[in-house]
Amino acid sequence: MRRVLSLDEVVVPAGLVIAAALLGTLVSLSTQTYFTDTLVKVAIVVALYVFIGNSGVLSFGHISFVALGAWTAGVLSVPAAVKPAIMPNLAHFLLHRHVDNLTSLVLAAAVGGVAALIVGVPLMRLSGLAAGIATFAVLEITHNVLQYEERIGPGLNTFSAVPETTGLRQAALGALVCVAVAFVYARSRYGRLLRATREDAAAARAVGASVYRQRLVAFTISGLLAGLAGGLYIHLLPLQAGSLYLDLTFITLAMLVVGGTSSLLGAVVGALAVSALDSWLSVAENGTSLFGWHVDLPAGTAELVVGVLMALVLILRPSGLTGGREFHLRRFRRAP
Amino acid sequence: MTVTWQNLADGFSLGAIYALMAVGVGLVFGVLRLVNFAYGQLVMAGAFALALASQWGWPLWAGIVLCFAVVLVLSLFMDRLVFRPLRGHSPAVMLVATFAVAFLLENIALLSFGSLGKIASSVSSLNQPWDIGGVNIRKIAVVAVVVAAACLILLQLLLTRTEIGLHMRASSMDFFTARMLGVRANRVIAVAVLISGVFAAIVAVLLTVQSPLVTPDFALEDTIVVLAGVVVGGLNRPIPATLGGFSLGFAIGVLGGALPTTQSQYLPTFIFAAVIVVLLVRPRGLFDFSKTVERV
Repeated sequence: MRRVLSLDEVVVPAGLVIAAALLGTLVSLSTQTYFTDTLVKVAIVVALYVFIGNSGVLSFGHISFVALGAWTAGVLSVPAAVKPAIMPNLAHFLLHRHVDNLTSLVLAAAVGGVAALIVGVPLMRLSGLAAGIATFAVLEITHNVLQYEERIGPGLNTFSAVPETTGLRQAALGALVCVAVAFVYARSRYGRLLRATREDAAAARAVGASVYRQRLVAFTISGLLAGLAGGLYIHLLPLQAGSLYLDLTFITLAMLVVGGTSSLLGAVVGALAVSALDSWLSVAENGTSLFGWHVDLPAGTAELVVGVLMALVLILRPSGLTGGREFHLRRFRRAP
Repeated sequence: MTVTWQNLADGFSLGAIYALMAVGVGLVFGVLRLVNFAYGQLVMAGAFALALASQWGWPLWAGIVLCFAVVLVLSLFMDRLVFRPLRGHSPAVMLVATFAVAFLLENIALLSFGSLGKIASSVSSLNQPWDIGGVNIRKIAVVAVVVAAACLILLQLLLTRTEIGLHMRASSMDFFTARMLGVRANRVIAVAVLISGVFAAIVAVLLTVQSPLVTPDFALEDTIVVLAGVVVGGLNRPIPATLGGFSLGFAIGVLGGALPTTQSQYLPTFIFAAVIVVLLVRPRGLFDFSKTVERV
């Protein structure tokens, strides 16, 4: 008999997040930034997994919700005293508002969720390529607006003076929240119905599942998590509209695909593995030493290697490193 | 907003270039069911070939030959190393895979040539204005429209009057049945990829004349717009796809020149909002009037 609720499906991904965070406490402060960054990426990739993994529909648009979350948390967290200097054209109602760290994160998640709901109501009718292109269009629009609209943010400038509250602890907690929400959702009635539509839309419809409604629920939840991740991200380092665009879309999709699109474990493993590689290569681009060898790689190597890795995984092992399966203690038992 | 003749000419020439790219993307989609996100990087590679040739002091024709050679070889490599192993996967997986290839090629260019890019100065002679009835039209605008029209007519002849064209049309209707009836899959796909490569090389020349500064993200934005245009027009048939590419290019070319900067900076927002609306109203494409219905 198969257990309906298997806690090891969440314990292992959560354990990996905690292990990464603990490992981060052991290293120097400058290296710690990479661990914090990795944990924020875990949050983003888990948000992607909630929609893409459970629905099987591709989305290039999630970084829009990350960007909106980042902008929300950022614009509300910059101290009121420096706001007019950094963002002179800011809308009046934003100019004098200031909230603390936790509130800014909650609001970031809320804005991400609401934006995903608004976008999802029309877009969730689409699937396949049309969905891919439409979500891409959402990314283009968000990027275009954030880049030029100076009433809601710094426009083309870097988002500076946001309090850097996302340390290792906050990033790890944020990633754990995402993992927990993703797990609860995937085990819920909604998650199961959505996966049924992924496996066979016609059969799922025949038993009464509404493909549209289930996708909308997942899209909203994943927008919520993406917004939270964006809030965490802006509290970690000063961002530009350009840093929340194609490159981030590419690297987070690569993480999800490399790990294995259809499992929570895959999302976490992919994010950790690709981040580790990417961080090490980025360090090496500035010169580092490995086992006594001096390594100095030219700029762009990190993206190059990640691109090759992603293409190889897609060609050789399309279901990712984890094969799209969750972790079960009794894995070697006869298949159910 | 006042639309000048130059704006219209720009619109037609950008539309013509996007139409060529749309055909290139659409041909490969027809036989492989694969949306090639890396198409823009083929154009970028061709543009770098032109820039390098001009830096080495080669004559213009030699640069163009090099451009074609680089793009065609790269297309065939892409087909052999990426498209072939991915055959039969879902369109979404293949789109992600070509997304990866696109970033790979962009970063190879970044590693080899740096982010500042190179200037292709030898092609600039084509960018001089012509005086037609008191209106200055850049030569390249006329050249682009003429070349695109000629290419599209030639392609249409190839598709309708030759055996390989028949095979290609059959494959894009139903690849499985076509193969059973004796169409050689690898040959049809190779021809489609090659023609698509030829179009990419032509686009590389035309785009480089218009903006001689070649950077690693050359043609990236254009590709995104073209992909949207192709899906908006209707991916399954070459003519709707071409019209989709042309209309977006024409709209961007005209509006980008005619609107004041404060408005034209939001042009992508309006274009992509229109793309979303079209996808919602006519998910199978604006210009696809065929009457097939998706069955369970």
